[in-house]
Amino acid sequence: MKGAGIRLTAIFLLAAVVLVAAPFVGMKNLTPGDVIGAAADAGEARIFWSIRVPRVLLAFVAGAALSLGGMAFQALFRNPLATPFTLGVSGGAAFGATLYIRLGISFAALGVAGISIFAFVGALTSILLVYSLTRLRQGASGATMLLAGVAISFSFSSLILFVHYTSDMAGSFNILRWLMGRLDVVGYDSLRTALPLAAIGAAIVLLRCRELDLMTVGEDVALSRGVDVRRDRRLLFAGVSLSVGGVVAICGPIGFVGMMAPHICRLLVGAGHRRLAPASLVFGGAFLAACDTLARTVIAPAEIPVGVVTSLLGGPFFLWLLVARRGGVSTALDRG
Amino acid sequence: MDMAVDIRHLRLELGGNPILSDVSVAVAKGSYLAIVGPNGAGKTSLLRCVGRLLDCWRGSIRVGGEDVERIGRRELARRVAYVPQAGGRISPFTVRELVMMSRYPHLSPFSPAGREDRELAAAALDRTGMTAFAERPLDTLSGGERQKVFIAAALAQDASILLLDEPTTFLDPGHERDIRSILRRANDQDGATIILVTHDLNAAALECDKVLALQEGAVAFYGPPESFMDGAVLERIYGRDFLLGDHPRTGQSVILPERASR
Repeated sequence: MKGAGIRLTAIFLLAAVVLVAAPFVGMKNLTPGDVIGAAADAGEARIFWSIRVPRVLLAFVAGAALSLGGMAFQALFRNPLATPFTLGVSGGAAFGATLYIRLGISFAALGVAGISIFAFVGALTSILLVYSLTRLRQGASGATMLLAGVAISFSFSSLILFVHYTSDMAGSFNILRWLMGRLDVVGYDSLRTALPLAAIGAAIVLLRCRELDLMTVGEDVALSRGVDVRRDRRLLFAGVSLSVGGVVAICGPIGFVGMMAPHICRLLVGAGHRRLAPASLVFGGAFLAACDTLARTVIAPAEIPVGVVTSLLGGPFFLWLLVARRGGVSTALDRG
Repeated sequence: MDMAVDIRHLRLELGGNPILSDVSVAVAKGSYLAIVGPNGAGKTSLLRCVGRLLDCWRGSIRVGGEDVERIGRRELARRVAYVPQAGGRISPFTVRELVMMSRYPHLSPFSPAGREDRELAAAALDRTGMTAFAERPLDTLSGGERQKVFIAAALAQDASILLLDEPTTFLDPGHERDIRSILRRANDQDGATIILVTHDLNAAALECDKVLALQEGAVAFYGPPESFMDGAVLERIYGRDFLLGDHPRTGQSVILPERASR
């Protein structure tokens, strides 16, 4: 693809601009002089360093993880509508996390918070269910897979509703607010929880660009070029579940980032994962950081949950993918 | 004689149905083998077992004298290239990108593709007449062009054994003949061993030096095409009577087209 290298650079520059600018934007706009240097105001510096910066960074990590996960799923399932959200992975992670909140337990293993472990197990369960359902029906099309994902999402949604219903008022509010997708953290603890999981997952995906390319063409082609498809697929499922689980545990199920960001990147830098993967990661991160900036400024001093913003953008985007793309619905659903 | 592929007592079941039962075939290096037989006889499955696209078989398959299950996938891919059945293969990549991907088994995980890889890919495009299409996205190509690209990809893989599943089905006579020439050249000049599944018995008779006919998962015939193009053999395998005649140029026996009887 001509100019893909330039566009990749442009994505990185744009992302850098968003990341640097976003913490200055808010209910009260700040200038660099307000927060750095001798003239800095202590209160404003605190808002900047312990509220806005961690929040923007968390948004970036979450967006990057969801976007990269979406990209990997689109290659693995050979379908542009496959994302952590549509395949029920976010739903599974959300159920795991909801259950953890409801049970009121608190533990950590190997330095990983219990809620992240619950979310990871939920995410992995979903993707394995969808995948085995797709395998069960030999020659099943992309449509089967998406429907399986939708069905599993519904099942988890009702389980979440059930857990939600049995909670008391405070728990109920916490769960509801969390389900809308939130990034309103204070300090760096959330970032410290989400980042390692997201980073491990991202590394697993980023190290498999060639394999993802071949799997996009088809399983037969990948196998015959020497890709250990079964092993790599498992690793990728685990990697994506890890990073999505880690992110969903903190931020709730933020939808559509995993669909929109990789798709826009594919239009810009082409389908080759050597460029697409870094582009999706950076673009997804910056995209969510921008959405969150919008969410906390558009009706300031009140805030919209960021999940509402991404869903408002994502719904129409999904429809556009279904209808307007070359080949229309059948291409989008039955690329397999 | 050195065997490129040596299959012994191969059995395969898929979903409880027997697909292949006790297939034993030895394919000499540099030979050109057609696998024929009625629909559902297990031709594609046999091909897929050799390329390890199917893993659940029993028996033994040796490639270049080594057990395929002992050879790593990458190493196998350096020896065996596979061209899948045409159709339904939409891919967002350009022709060159796809052909370059065939260098995967030759690249170490962290090293980028080098000049040699690019040259091999360019040569493969050249040999299949697809150089002019190199920068085109694959899904803008016709079925015949796309098939040539997949063959170019197999050539770029630089393997000495080529497996092809119905490479000319669905193609117009022009593309069909081009593909036969490409394979002819790979066989004659590079000494590649070619194993292809086909329903085109005349092409098999004219191009190949061996024919393997499968019937309900078992070997029904294995030998030179001259003995295969025989009324009794064909009737045994296909259950129908074919009109045979001599090719006006080569004198080989071929099936003549007939008006269908009611």
